[in-house]
Amino acid sequence: MSESPPAPAAPPESTPDDKPGRDKPSFGRAVLDGILEGNSLVVTILAIVTAIVLGGLLIAFTNQAVLNAWGVFFSHPGYAIAQAWDTASGAYVAIFEGSIFNPHTVASLFHQRSLSVALHDGTISSVFNPLSETAVFATPLILAGLSVAIAFQTGLFNIGAESQWIGGAILATWLGYGVSMPIVIHVVVCVIGSFVGGAVLGWVVGFLKARTGAHEVIVTIMINYVMAYLLAYLLSKPSLLEKPGANGNLISSNVASNAHLPLLAGTNLRINAGFLLALACAAGVWWLMNRSTLGFQFRTVGANPNAARSAGMSVTRSWILVMLIAGGLAGLAASTVIQGTDFSLNFQSYGTYGIDAITVALLGRARPGGVVWAALLYGALHAGAPGMQSSTGVPVDIVQVIQALIVMFVAAPPLVRAIYRLRETKGGGPGQYLSKGWNA
Amino acid sequence: MNLELQGITKRFGSLVANDHIDLSTEPGTIHALLGENGAGKTTLMNILYGLLQPDEGQILIDGRARTISSPKDAINSGIGMVHQHFMLVPVFTVAENVALGHEETKALGWLDRRRMRAKVRELSQQYGLRVEPDALTEDLPVGVQQRVEILKALIRDAQVLILDEPTAVLTPSETEDLFRIMRELRASGKAIVFISHKLKEVQAIADTVTILRRGKVVGQRPPSTSEDELAALMVGRNVQLRVSKTEAEPGRIVLDVKDLVVPSAQIVAPGEVPAPAVNGITFRVRAGEILGIAGVQGNGQTELCEALMGLLPAASGSVHLNDRDVTGSSPHERLRAGIGYVPEDRQQDGLVSSFPVSENIVLDTYDQHPYASGFALKLGAIRATAEERVKEFDIRTQSIATPVGTLSGGNQQKVILAREVGREVSLLLASQPTRGLDVGSIEFVHKRIIEERDRGAAVILVSSELDEIYALSDRIAIMYEGRFTGFRPPDVPVEELGLLMAGIDGSGTPGQPGAPGLDTEPAPPPEASSTESPDAPAESPDAPAEPPEAEAK
Repeated sequence: MSESPPAPAAPPESTPDDKPGRDKPSFGRAVLDGILEGNSLVVTILAIVTAIVLGGLLIAFTNQAVLNAWGVFFSHPGYAIAQAWDTASGAYVAIFEGSIFNPHTVASLFHQRSLSVALHDGTISSVFNPLSETAVFATPLILAGLSVAIAFQTGLFNIGAESQWIGGAILATWLGYGVSMPIVIHVVVCVIGSFVGGAVLGWVVGFLKARTGAHEVIVTIMINYVMAYLLAYLLSKPSLLEKPGANGNLISSNVASNAHLPLLAGTNLRINAGFLLALACAAGVWWLMNRSTLGFQFRTVGANPNAARSAGMSVTRSWILVMLIAGGLAGLAASTVIQGTDFSLNFQSYGTYGIDAITVALLGRARPGGVVWAALLYGALHAGAPGMQSSTGVPVDIVQVIQALIVMFVAAPPLVRAIYRLRETKGGGPGQYLSKGWNA
Repeated sequence: MNLELQGITKRFGSLVANDHIDLSTEPGTIHALLGENGAGKTTLMNILYGLLQPDEGQILIDGRARTISSPKDAINSGIGMVHQHFMLVPVFTVAENVALGHEETKALGWLDRRRMRAKVRELSQQYGLRVEPDALTEDLPVGVQQRVEILKALIRDAQVLILDEPTAVLTPSETEDLFRIMRELRASGKAIVFISHKLKEVQAIADTVTILRRGKVVGQRPPSTSEDELAALMVGRNVQLRVSKTEAEPGRIVLDVKDLVVPSAQIVAPGEVPAPAVNGITFRVRAGEILGIAGVQGNGQTELCEALMGLLPAASGSVHLNDRDVTGSSPHERLRAGIGYVPEDRQQDGLVSSFPVSENIVLDTYDQHPYASGFALKLGAIRATAEERVKEFDIRTQSIATPVGTLSGGNQQKVILAREVGREVSLLLASQPTRGLDVGSIEFVHKRIIEERDRGAAVILVSSELDEIYALSDRIAIMYEGRFTGFRPPDVPVEELGLLMAGIDGSGTPGQPGAPGLDTEPAPPPEASSTESPDAPAESPDAPAEPPEAEAK
């Protein structure tokens, strides 16, 4: 949190004689520390690069044309390699075009007679559509990722972003179609409702841990099941959430248009105020953790609960509060989906947000800035995947594989260091990044 | 076997941990390696044991150069090491631990437990180790566990034994026992390298003393060298080993503890009730005096401190701070009420090692003016205070943004003191404040504690180092099995203190703590486990109230 640059080397009187910080962290704690503190930015970037390279190899060597070409490798080696390169790079180019920008749409922009025509016939929109889609996919990931990250920093492993998402979604949906209110108020009420829905479930986890010592990982996993089935139940009863006439399709009514999050760039692009909400929450979480007394308490509890207790902080109160906030953030993620893009809730709406939130938080090293970048990366992969499948025939699932590879390499810094022959960072010591983020 | 280190150099980045160190050992001698924390003692021994590789220099065994690239090489060359932190499997028996990695087997790979036990017994007798091969390791006291480690080295036929700060974890009597064993080992022709930063111990046991400072050998002296000279060599300047202090001027009562009972967290067999960790303690501390609590570790001192801080709930009894009942108060309320707390285990309870120095300095005042306004932290004020305290307390750190975990032990302790003493406290509760610190830092910490007393704070000093108790206390309370076995003035003979620490009162009858007539302050009757001990409240508070005689000497 201090703005001075990270201290590079140990002071002269400190030598390896000194025993390192904590005595015996629990296994889970040690793993967490390794992931959150052992990674430098360089390692994270290299992990992404490595995952992309491996993903490319996978794309190439699952392609029949490439395999045929490699069958005649010894007679035409150049052809085999070129074929592999073309397939892999083609897939990545397609992802890029679908998620950031597509040169073809830009070219067509120049064929328009004037800018106003371009604006009206949607050419401008199609130029920005990839970026808009990236932002739309990233929005819930930012919020859910923040939820996991804030818990991480307080020493808790929030596996429950999924159930908190569902909690938020149920309230947002119900408030969205069940009541009618004027436009701005309706949006705000639904957003707050989603926060409350998630926060209640987060609070339960924190409360159980504080009062009974129940481990948050177990509790959150179980609550995930409970909420998934509760959602299905609610959606199966017309008297509850089911859309009238859905005939057992387990889908809710559409939320009123007054409750939709306002679009930011016209009706052709899906980008909406949810993205701004997510960025604002990232900034808010950063301020909370790095500039507020409550965040100081959270970080202390996360880094050393014993010292926090001795310093007069209430560890249990911190757990309850942070889980409440974390749950609320995951609930907000649901709001951006329900009120921003989907407008109704079905029994699978929660998708993989819970798991993706964990991977985004890990990739972002549990810091708000990092979470935003990680979510944008994942959002881009999601946004580009359908285009890749339609233009190159590479299945969208390859994106999941790349995501998994990224997380795997991020979780194994020694592996990345070994691949690139990096030396372990000395000096600053563990925890440098937890206390002084690169967003500080 | 002659072992010689020549020109050993080891660098960690820009830091030279060992700078051309020469050292040699001869059979049948004890060679002490004396130096402050961070002087490079452990690094040197880790090189010798194959855990680190030297950048320069060589190791000669009986005149021939050898490369020791792993502990296995070291063991095969006859070098054994007893680490500061034991490497034992708690649920194994002594014999199993000793045999681990060196198992005796019968045909088909069956373990030969009988032979393992016999061997342990034989070695144990030969060197007077008194270790029972069938005892479960986790049940053994620390001192005995250490002997198991020594056995492990001996059974592998070590000729050179490295003991890394072996006395750090021992009580005075266990230390005596260790020294007896070391003498036996020496008599049988082993060479021992004894690593320590405690001058008295080095003088008591070593044949030669090599002093390290900042990675260099700064001298070799016979053990008869004066303490002052050794300390000066070690620290690099003259050190005051005994802090000077004026007589205490006790004022009003700051802390008034009555019949405090703290339950034990120990896990016992179902149905059994463990004896309370603090079993009915009554005492008072006045402004401007230091009450030293002496006792062998594990007699309830930790629990007493934690209960006084509100970290452990009291089962019964009362605690008044400045005439306010704080018996049920939270740690937060007690800190605000004016207690400063230096916890026993600074890394576990006192500091957040990943946080910068500045944040550690405000760890318990972060939400107070001027460090916070409303919910927002005032980084400027925090930084300013941190800069100021770093200067005032001479904390050697690169900057206030340096993670505290990278500082040396002495500087870490200064960070805690800077935090606790930096605000005006009416009671300073310091538990083992100089454990593991080097001479220079000890001097500093002692001075600050006395300054606090002179400023008018009441001080409770809990220490298992008798030297420290004698050096600082204005009154000494002796704790044994959760009770005070007596209060003594600071000129009490060490023999008497030792007896009280063992639960034996002055007349030599064991098991009768607080026999009437001998103590300045009667302890509660033996079986008093709750508040209703009728006589204690009536009589006990007198003792602190009669300072004149107690202070006369």
